[in-house]
Amino acid sequence: MNLQIDRLGSGGRIDRTKRLNFTFDGKAYVGYQGDTLASALLANGVRLVGRSFKYHRRRGVYSAGPEEPNALVQLRKGERTEPNTRATMIELFEGLVATSQNRWPSLAFDLQSINQWFASVIPAGFYYKTFMWPAKFWMLYEKVIRHAAGLGHAPKVKDPDHYAYEYAHCDVLVVGSGPAGLAAARKLAETGLQVVLADERAELGGSCLWTRHSIDGVAASDWAQSQIAALAERPNVRLLARSTVFGCYDHGLLTIAERVTDHLATPPSHLPRQRLIHLRTKKVILASGPIERPLVFADNDKPGVMLANALQIYIKQYATIPGRSVVVFTNNDSAYQAAFAAAEAGLKDVTMIDSRQSVSNLLTEECRQKGIVIRTDHVVVAVAGQAVTSATIQRKDGGGPTETIGCDVLAHSGGWTPTVHLYSQAGGKLHFDETLSSFVPQHQLPNMRVVGAASGCFAVDEAITQAQFVAQSIEREIKGLTLDTEQPSVDMHKGLYTDVLHTEPLWSITLGQAKGKRFVDIQDDVCVEDIELAHRENFRSVEHLKRYTTLGMGTDQGKTSNVNGLAIMAQLRGESMPGVGTTTFRPPYTPVALGLLAGDEVGKHLAPVRRSPVHHWHEAHGGVMATVGQWMRPKVYQQPNESFEQAWRRESLAVRHGVGLVDVGTLGKIDVQGPDALTFLQRVYCNNFANLGVNKVRYGLMLRTDGIALDDGTVARLSDDHYLLTTTTANAAKIQSEFEYLLQVAWPELKCHAVSVTEQFAQFALAGPKSREVLSALLPEADVSDVGLGHLGILQVTLDGIAVNVMRMSYSGERAYEIAIGAHYGLALWARILEVGAPFGITPYGTEAMGVLRIEKGHVAGSELDGRTTPADLGLAKLTRKDGEFMGAALLNRSALVDPSRPRLMGFVPVDGRTTIRAGSHLVATESEARMAVVPHKQGFISCSTPSPFLGYPIALGFVENGASRIGQELVAASPLSNEFVRVRIVHPVFVDPDNTRLKG
Amino acid sequence: MQLFKCPFCGLRDQTEFTHVREADDMPALTGGQDAWYHYVYDRQNPRGTHAEWWHHHFGCRQMLLIRRDTLTHEVTSVTAARQLAGTT
Repeated sequence: MNLQIDRLGSGGRIDRTKRLNFTFDGKAYVGYQGDTLASALLANGVRLVGRSFKYHRRRGVYSAGPEEPNALVQLRKGERTEPNTRATMIELFEGLVATSQNRWPSLAFDLQSINQWFASVIPAGFYYKTFMWPAKFWMLYEKVIRHAAGLGHAPKVKDPDHYAYEYAHCDVLVVGSGPAGLAAARKLAETGLQVVLADERAELGGSCLWTRHSIDGVAASDWAQSQIAALAERPNVRLLARSTVFGCYDHGLLTIAERVTDHLATPPSHLPRQRLIHLRTKKVILASGPIERPLVFADNDKPGVMLANALQIYIKQYATIPGRSVVVFTNNDSAYQAAFAAAEAGLKDVTMIDSRQSVSNLLTEECRQKGIVIRTDHVVVAVAGQAVTSATIQRKDGGGPTETIGCDVLAHSGGWTPTVHLYSQAGGKLHFDETLSSFVPQHQLPNMRVVGAASGCFAVDEAITQAQFVAQSIEREIKGLTLDTEQPSVDMHKGLYTDVLHTEPLWSITLGQAKGKRFVDIQDDVCVEDIELAHRENFRSVEHLKRYTTLGMGTDQGKTSNVNGLAIMAQLRGESMPGVGTTTFRPPYTPVALGLLAGDEVGKHLAPVRRSPVHHWHEAHGGVMATVGQWMRPKVYQQPNESFEQAWRRESLAVRHGVGLVDVGTLGKIDVQGPDALTFLQRVYCNNFANLGVNKVRYGLMLRTDGIALDDGTVARLSDDHYLLTTTTANAAKIQSEFEYLLQVAWPELKCHAVSVTEQFAQFALAGPKSREVLSALLPEADVSDVGLGHLGILQVTLDGIAVNVMRMSYSGERAYEIAIGAHYGLALWARILEVGAPFGITPYGTEAMGVLRIEKGHVAGSELDGRTTPADLGLAKLTRKDGEFMGAALLNRSALVDPSRPRLMGFVPVDGRTTIRAGSHLVATESEARMAVVPHKQGFISCSTPSPFLGYPIALGFVENGASRIGQELVAASPLSNEFVRVRIVHPVFVDPDNTRLKG
Repeated sequence: MQLFKCPFCGLRDQTEFTHVREADDMPALTGGQDAWYHYVYDRQNPRGTHAEWWHHHFGCRQMLLIRRDTLTHEVTSVTAARQLAGTT
């Protein structure tokens, strides 16, 4: 049933032939194409749309634009649900479902409105002064507060829509398609420059769509349509409707959120839901218009109280009357347009309450003709009703009696605030214009010009002339035609524009017997009393005011509250507005969906995925893959009928008893060549390579500039001037970049190049007592005996004519060889090794087994190179050169880093021989000490831990004070978070083959 | 995002570069603890023109000395380390 009781029979820009069914809080309504959710609700007589943030006061539609603080709804259900969407910006579509927020059990009967009874103890900042004691109840308070806080709820399922990125360029971006924006765009269109015109609404035209003024002798809306039609024909003009320019960044970059299919019930799969346009432009013309300022009076938040401009827009654009009996309260001329619109819509009961002493003859005469009563020198001091039923007025100076006027709509205007966000983001400074009682741009910027009402020019014809002039000068600047003698117009505020508003500042009404709350920030429930409190408690700067009271911190970002708040604080401080200043404007201008910012880079596309040449083989053979940085590596090869743990136990034992094969190609590889290659290596590593012969490889340790161990790996010498380094997987990129800095900036005189070859070579480690036999079977013509290829030797050979490097080195502690080949041959080589190794029971193994083996052997890895340890801590002091001519040497000698009692790398075993020691545990003398609230002395920590399949008991590595001299001592490994306290014994850090016989034999 | 004119690649978006450090000279390796302490930990961080090293990480991999205003982000010059060292 179509019960649009407040819809006008004709007029407006809605299409009455296209009925749309929608629901709000489960109830079905009808609206028309062209409606917003707010206008459709008003047309259906729905006055209550939400409950306020803190006090849960009843709230109605307040505005007709993005500044809406009240009508925030949960839009849609299920996977597409969106919290806190402004009903004033939602285009109505068939089947739209919306629910009100922040109320329980219902909008009409909200139990949390009981908060209002406690209003005096929950003013601004109350949470800084409460919930202190008893501390242990905080966990309960937090649950309750979390539940009560916030407004809507976020979806808990995956977003089914996709979002697109676009990178675009143009000569001029025009922001806003009102009279000034259209005039500027039209002028620029004729120049042949590439122009983008963006407007946040679905229909271009801005104020032309609802103003009563005419332009060039025709109705403003007709003028706008002809401009738009002309622009649409030009190939050099791009029109972007439903597009919010939400951020201005460096060097001509602006971001635009284009709502491509938000207005459709289900986006077609070939279209993105929204598009993020990164636009680089040479110049910007900001024609973003103004936002109306409210007046601040008692109970100025009740349903039925709304901005005057909103009343006009709902009548003129949406053909809906939010009430039958209207009071318009104003301190400037513009609100009269709302009163006239109401009268023209047939309302007989319209009263103007004007705080000024006198009103122009023109306005007075039109009021008389339309039967509108004017009460000058009066203000509204109280509002009655659950929704507005009457307004009480009194003379502005407080003298005289009060009078009550029945009304169901109270529209108000305190003036206009130019929308200067993008200008401020671009670095522009604001100036307080006393005539407008507003902050306006102080001067034009080289690449951004502000025109129209956004610049303080409220007379439409002047705005159009100004916009055309600016467009012309911009054209000349871009085309390089500006004469040296011409200056772009600078100061904008020195009485350049005709004042058509005649605003008389009225920052708040202090009169009235009514004890009603005077709201300044309607969304965050911040009242005049809260600003006074902040002032009393000395939070007087505008930055403190904002954060202490939360004024301007809601989703509307203070669009209707910031200036009033500043003005009230200025009055309290006895200062001028410029003296108080404003807070910093930051993007985004209006809320932006995270999905839009993520674009396509979600799921697997969040970061590049790097795969080894053998990746698919791993996956096909039971590889349980994990990401190590961006690389995918197999943790284990889990066979059928085998658990994850059984897999790595089997694999690690296979390496110790037979032979295994692991893919280590993800490690960083860097090719270093040149006459000064050795000099370079000596500088970046702390150990010695001067005596590394050709075809020999050696362990290398790099330090950070502050002396802390950075990374370890190997250095292989392939020829006199040619070295091949390996680094850990995680640090490869960092070290390559560091090398480039050193070779280009610090030591450009060195004749040396360093090139990343990580992806150019596949590399496998063949490890175990039977590894030599397998290698021999792989390379039957090569001498792989201990004479031909001794420990730390290198063999550069070919296999089937393909170059292969074999380096004899070990991470596992077993005899092992690392075999490298060009990446394209990686899979073939892997398969060949497995083939020739089959008779020896060769077992592929993953990173879990690799980790077990290296811990058993006491090799340090990332868990020990954690950014806090020095070479001495790691037991590698004897490797460190004494000449001190390497990176990190200078700061390594700081007293705290050479203190011999520093925690030193040691091994740990559980005293009971079977309890696993948790990595990260702290090492403490006794369990009782470990359980203290403040532990008196922590002696060290456990860095890594594993059950040892080879030894049959758990082992761990860690750091403990004076470790080298405490072998055999017992202490406690404590993990209070997991309530584990394990008695451990300090042992030598190498658990398997400490004499290296298995390794070198 | 800022735009930088790489001498080799042309005008590129900031996302291709990584900021390395303030452009002060690295001491000699034997330059002593004080010089290294200053190099590793101290920053001038001026409000105004600043000389910085940027690395064209996702481009030509060259180290670039950029003079840039930390407040306005206006870029005065971009010079490759190689050009400064005279090795181009």
